[in-house]
Amino acid sequence: MADKPPESTSQRAIEPGREYVRIENVSKRFGDFVAVDNVSLTILKGEIFCLLGGSGCGKTTLLRMLAGFETPTSGRIYIDGQDMSDTPPYARPVNMMFQSYALFPHMTVAKNVAFGLEQERLSRPEIERRVTEMLEIVRLGELAQRKPHQLSGGQRQRVALARALVKRPKLLLLDEPLGALDKKLREHTQFELINLQERLGVTFIVVTHDQEEAMTLASRIGVMDRGEIVQVGTPTDIYEYPTSKFVADFIGSVNMFEGQLVEDEPDHVRIRCPELANTVYVDHGISSAPGATVWVAIRPEKIELSRQRPPATENVQQGVVKEIAYMGDLSVYLVKLDNDRIVRVTLPNVERHADDRISWDETVWLSWHPTSPVVLAQ
Amino acid sequence: MKSRGWFRHSVLALGLAFLYLPIVSMIVFSFNNSRLVTVWDAANSPTLKWYRLLLTNEQILGAAWMSIKIAAMTATGAVILGTLAGLALVRFGAFRGRAFLSGMTTAPLVMPEVITGLSLLLLFVALEQLTGWPQGRGMLTITIAHVTFAMAYVTVVVQSRLTGFDESLEEAALDLGARPAKVFLRITLPLILPAIVSGWLLAFTLSWDDVVISQFVAGPGSSTLPMVVFSKVRLGVSPDINALATIMVVIVATGVLLSTWWMRRQERRRAREVQMARRDDQ
Repeated sequence: MADKPPESTSQRAIEPGREYVRIENVSKRFGDFVAVDNVSLTILKGEIFCLLGGSGCGKTTLLRMLAGFETPTSGRIYIDGQDMSDTPPYARPVNMMFQSYALFPHMTVAKNVAFGLEQERLSRPEIERRVTEMLEIVRLGELAQRKPHQLSGGQRQRVALARALVKRPKLLLLDEPLGALDKKLREHTQFELINLQERLGVTFIVVTHDQEEAMTLASRIGVMDRGEIVQVGTPTDIYEYPTSKFVADFIGSVNMFEGQLVEDEPDHVRIRCPELANTVYVDHGISSAPGATVWVAIRPEKIELSRQRPPATENVQQGVVKEIAYMGDLSVYLVKLDNDRIVRVTLPNVERHADDRISWDETVWLSWHPTSPVVLAQ
Repeated sequence: MKSRGWFRHSVLALGLAFLYLPIVSMIVFSFNNSRLVTVWDAANSPTLKWYRLLLTNEQILGAAWMSIKIAAMTATGAVILGTLAGLALVRFGAFRGRAFLSGMTTAPLVMPEVITGLSLLLLFVALEQLTGWPQGRGMLTITIAHVTFAMAYVTVVVQSRLTGFDESLEEAALDLGARPAKVFLRITLPLILPAIVSGWLLAFTLSWDDVVISQFVAGPGSSTLPMVVFSKVRLGVSPDINALATIMVVIVATGVLLSTWWMRRQERRRAREVQMARRDDQ
């Protein structure tokens, strides 16, 4: 409901390409349990689309329907314009990278990678050529004769990727591709994945529960909750312009205040929140009736801390610093208001030595810019 | 401390004696020269005379060959049926009659052999009267009977292997373009092969030393080795049986020792390789 600027510039440009996957009103029920509830989605050619959600939100089921391991209870799935809803997995132009990697333990790396090509009945030399080429791409050339148990986690991940990509699929499905890697390796691998995707021009659909992973990988994110897609957008859209409390809360951390709309003009709104001493002024209009209950969401990094009271009469709030967590690159301040409400503020640690840094039990003023709050109706 | 060590050693010695003294005494007496099994002829022993005698005993050699053939056929048949049953039980979800099949496959594990044997005999007789097949009783009926109970053991072994099986391996193969039959042959089968091999060996052993069921369904001229041993012993233990038993013990022990040694070595090598692979990420 918030107006957003026409172009978010920090994102890699998605080629305004044609649609490649269309999911039409797809539902999947297991007995009484609705795993996927009437989902419709369009995924463009050449993009990295992330399905993001907590466990049990239906993201994996949706991915398994795209791969063909589950058939939709209702709805259709089109890949490259063809109805694939009833096509078995071995006949789909789609490959999947499994969360567990699912490398065949009784085959060498080269055999694992060659398996998919052997099913296509290609000639021996052709298979060998493509396997070697693919192993070079993922930098595993010299490990070709090893068995999966002789590989490290990162190497296994690359074998799984090579095995899926060697078939030159137009669409690659990745189930928690970095889930089994440790943090350092994960960051490195993320950029490698993006690189590879751009080089090969494959469309990626990634399932993950890790928002950081989704943010760095995705050109667009689809946030899922209880079987439904609740919001689709670029990472910036999802983070800065969430359309619901769930999304605002799920992505990153957020301070959420319930309140009443007291003034609703085309160019601004005022909201009175019982938990805050002053009104909240937001510099854009929203389309909601005055008096309606809304939620104001403010990201911790968009709140400023100061010892002096800022001159403004709105968007300010007094509190006492209760807790400071030093995280290296930034510090998290937990500020307690009079009514015991805790507000989370993050400040970057720009200087190495800051002697007058705000400290425990100090009385401080919180303030934020009128553009910062997001007003949510649901 | 010292007294506890002493206690532990004596318990160990007692346990070993309990398990192996009978076998050791049997092996020792197989080299005895005397016709009387329990009397040690110190003057002329040890001797290999009973072993020589054994090698010329047509009846025993024939029975041994018969037993090997039956055991091999039984093991093969039981492995095929048992694997199929195991697959059905683990993979096909909650199909109708699953509990029934599960109960039926494991029933022979607890069924008294006398009853299994008797019921099979009655079945064979009734079948022969109705259809003319199987004609009389012999190697075929013994094999069928052995398959029915050995299959239960194979099912259990295969089932437990399949329960720990990562199904995403099969999905990955499907995803890479292999049809279900191909997936089974290239992925599932090689991975459950250890279970199938141990199932085969188990079925072979079960068939090899079965007396009770064989007794019921055997016909004239189709005596297995245990049946021959059993009937000979009834007329009094003769020393050549000791020699025969010793040969069997040696063969089995060698097999067990070799496979244990080989498995240990594999395990150690694997552990070392996994350790080395971990280092690559750092």
